[in-house]
Amino acid sequence: MPIQYYIYLCLTLFSIGIIGVLTRRNAIIVFMCVELMLNAVNLLLVAFSKMHHATAVVGDAATNAGIEGQLFVFFIMVVAAAEVSVGLAIIVMMYRNTHSVDINFLNRLKN
Amino acid sequence: MIEILFFFLSALAVFSAIMVLVSKNPVHSVLWLIAVFFAISGHYVLLNAQFLAIVNLIVYAGAIMVLFLFVIMLMNLNTETEPQKHIWMKLAGVISGGCFLMMLISLVRQAVEMGGRKAMMAEGDIGLIKNLGKMLFSEYVVPFEITSILFLSAMVGAVVIGKKH
Repeated sequence: MPIQYYIYLCLTLFSIGIIGVLTRRNAIIVFMCVELMLNAVNLLLVAFSKMHHATAVVGDAATNAGIEGQLFVFFIMVVAAAEVSVGLAIIVMMYRNTHSVDINFLNRLKN
Repeated sequence: MIEILFFFLSALAVFSAIMVLVSKNPVHSVLWLIAVFFAISGHYVLLNAQFLAIVNLIVYAGAIMVLFLFVIMLMNLNTETEPQKHIWMKLAGVISGGCFLMMLISLVRQAVEMGGRKAMMAEGDIGLIKNLGKMLFSEYVVPFEITSILFLSAMVGAVVIGKKH
């Protein structure tokens, strides 16, 4: 599969995530759109790792070239899991203080 | 066959991602996002990244999305309490996101380095758990251990932030 198709797909998903961050006011939906962008980047990293492997495997059949991309995806997932736990704790705290998940309540960071 | 699967999964991912934004009910948004994650896992299987496909399902669709669902149900959010932006603000967001997409697509179309490059489909064994595990526990063992510290600090942070004062 040509690499351009993967790039277009991931760009579309990433842009949908950006549009979601820009257009929604529910903090949880905004957070989910950030997850969507992370996943688009993950998919692109895996596609590039397979592209790199496809060119490297021609010269050496047993090569491991391109495996770093998939390891980075693994680490991105780890960081995303940590990020989600802290972020949802912040949203829960915000809901407890303001009884709303509207991000416009956060625009003054006070009271 | 692989082409058909690729386009089907791509269409499913994009449609579900759009439905995440369009849904008024946050619970529906979470369910559509799970559909996006399943489609992306299908893409990983097509690329023969089997380990990442399973981890994506377990970590994202299993753990993270359940956490989102718990929080949404804890707060009793639904369509009536959903805050809405003004229609002009929404339009401005869509236009700016679309401009960003157009800019990046034109950039990729001009890139000569990408001409004729192909992603290896359904073969190649770098995505198998054996090779990834060997690499992870030999060359990348220090970052792997650092992530455990990251998890510990995230856990402590979540407890401290979520604690009642």
